[in-house]
Amino acid sequence: MGKSLFYKVWDAHAVRELPSGQTQLFIGLHLIHEVTSPQAFQMMRERSLKVAYPERTFATVDHIVPTDIRTRPLMDPMAEEMLGAIEENSREFDIPLFNLHDDRQGIVHIIGPELGLTQPGMTIACGDSHTSTHGAFGAIAFGIGTSQVRDVLATQCLAMHPLKVRRIEVTGSLTNGVYAKDVILNVIRRLGVKGGVGYAYEYAGPVIDGLSMEERMSICNMSIEGGARAGYINPDQTTFDYLADRAYSPSNGGFDRAVDWWKTMASDADAHYDDVFELDGAALEPTVTWGITPGQGVYVTERVPALRDLRDDERDVAAEAYEYMDFDAGSPIAGTPIDVAFIGSCTNGRISDLREAASVVKGHSVSANVKALVVPGSAAVRRNAESEGLHEIFREAGFEWREAGCSMCLAMNPDKLQHRQICASSSNRNFKGRQGSPTGRTLLMSPAMVAAAAVCGEVTDVRAMLT
Amino acid sequence: MNGASSTVTRVSGRGIPVRGNDVDTDRIIPARYLRKITFEGLGEFAFEDERKSTDHPFDDARYRGASILVVNANFGCGSSREHAPQAIMRRGIRAIVGESFAEIFQGNCTAMGLPCVTASAASIQTLMEAIESDPTREISVDLEAKTLACVDLGVEVRIPDGDRIQLLEGTWDATGMLLAGREAVRCVARNLPYISGF
Ligand code: SF4
Repeated sequence: MGKSLFYKVWDAHAVRELPSGQTQLFIGLHLIHEVTSPQAFQMMRERSLKVAYPERTFATVDHIVPTDIRTRPLMDPMAEEMLGAIEENSREFDIPLFNLHDDRQGIVHIIGPELGLTQPGMTIACGDSHTSTHGAFGAIAFGIGTSQVRDVLATQCLAMHPLKVRRIEVTGSLTNGVYAKDVILNVIRRLGVKGGVGYAYEYAGPVIDGLSMEERMSICNMSIEGGARAGYINPDQTTFDYLADRAYSPSNGGFDRAVDWWKTMASDADAHYDDVFELDGAALEPTVTWGITPGQGVYVTERVPALRDLRDDERDVAAEAYEYMDFDAGSPIAGTPIDVAFIGSCTNGRISDLREAASVVKGHSVSANVKALVVPGSAAVRRNAESEGLHEIFREAGFEWREAGCSMCLAMNPDKLQHRQICASSSNRNFKGRQGSPTGRTLLMSPAMVAAAAVCGEVTDVRAMLT
Repeated sequence: MNGASSTVTRVSGRGIPVRGNDVDTDRIIPARYLRKITFEGLGEFAFEDERKSTDHPFDDARYRGASILVVNANFGCGSSREHAPQAIMRRGIRAIVGESFAEIFQGNCTAMGLPCVTASAASIQTLMEAIESDPTREISVDLEAKTLACVDLGVEVRIPDGDRIQLLEGTWDATGMLLAGREAVRCVARNLPYISGF
């Protein structure tokens, strides 16, 4: 029986078995940002440790950075202090930093792929749960905590147990107005927010094969919302084409040899899977979350489910969600008024996302009561969008056009919901208080659906606006 | 000094139940408290938003000084922020007992020497009720025997073998162990095509 990509990559990076039974796993690429790294550097200093492979760690700033006024010192002294810390740490430990005004700055999961740092067959770690994003390239990538950031800095290794592998086969083809975001929201809806605990998800099938790299990243990105620490897609021609000519991609003859190796790392046709799950892509519709976990999604044509429609183990959280969201069971999700529209994040802040949203917005205006913002995922995405004139479309419609960062995905910078505001958001988490107000509410959906909601002032089926 | 850590074999103390499935790390520690370059003082802000809007056990005088947190399913889901277990530990919690944990959260806890053990939904329910009816009850979690005792209540608990061994042997701080493999690491790195330049 053949091997899955997960085990090929795992075996190539396994250093030795540790007394705990865990594997010492070599990490090919380590990415860090300003929020989860300062304590790790502090621990390094306290123990007089050096960074083992400084050329394999790259730093950027994304979580706390303002997306409007970026003059230094930043207006927020705490943000300035955090920026100062990562500047000092990267200098002292000799790590390249893509800083605030660098044209390579952006959300860590957007710039890794963009720069060609993320490559097939690698192990990748970052102190951030959405590291699973990089799996779109056929890498094994996982989020780690700060103590593990210290481990990787000091040793370029992690102590880990292997995961089981579940193949998720998305069949058929997506209909117009249905996007990668809808695929992953429905995977999570079907398998649950803890269905993936202990697993890596391998996404496959005709729908996945047909997606661009950007779309594949949106899917792998939210593996963690389904409980899976890693998610990946086997590398193919789409992957290789994306990687050609990126700043850190292998160049010249090296690229062809790289492609040869990358191809060997894809799952064998007869690979063993611990589980297989099939999702009919053709049946999917634009999807919106109504609750407080990413698994609480419905089609835009559906209603907020009643307790009796839910499994036993889903009911408590559903009851909590009705109360927090102030939604009634049985009421249609379409027509829910929104206050804020947010397009951005490591899930949907890429150029294809902005193109899709702009195509919906073009010729329309943002509804009078809605605050709408577009926050490109990286400085490069912003430049690309501007060269295509997308910023003009957004601005003319009444969107704010911002600089790159995480922004309202987690609201560690000044972009926050106020009070009970409801936000149509292209991000990945609708947890209570996630977008900066302890009572604020989040509806997750695709960027095109956010654009439609911004224009109509309420949750709307984007398919009615597509020509 | 390369992170010698102490052994964790048994944790005893009073319990504190925090009910609910899918309690995410944003609820454990809201993102605004991540705007710091140390973990110091985080304990104060554990569950801050929930404590404002509901009667939270963390504010209930009956549970003051408790060191064993009892939770339901998928506790700690969401972000990888170690700030979440740090906040819990800095509030005096020394072990967490639950129906199930999110993976990154559990790994973070182990890496800090904070054991997370699981028990059946029924056992958790009984345990929560026992604590709620008498918060002074002493609970004891034994990692060696994989049991939990609370007066006349004896419960089998589970913990992944790797985590258990690290806690029992005091190797939960992995840095030292990983450093010891330096030579082998170089060898693996040399054989990786993307490191040798294809
Ligand atoms: S965009 Fe959101 S989910 Fe992604 S890294 Fe930033 S804060 Fe985390």
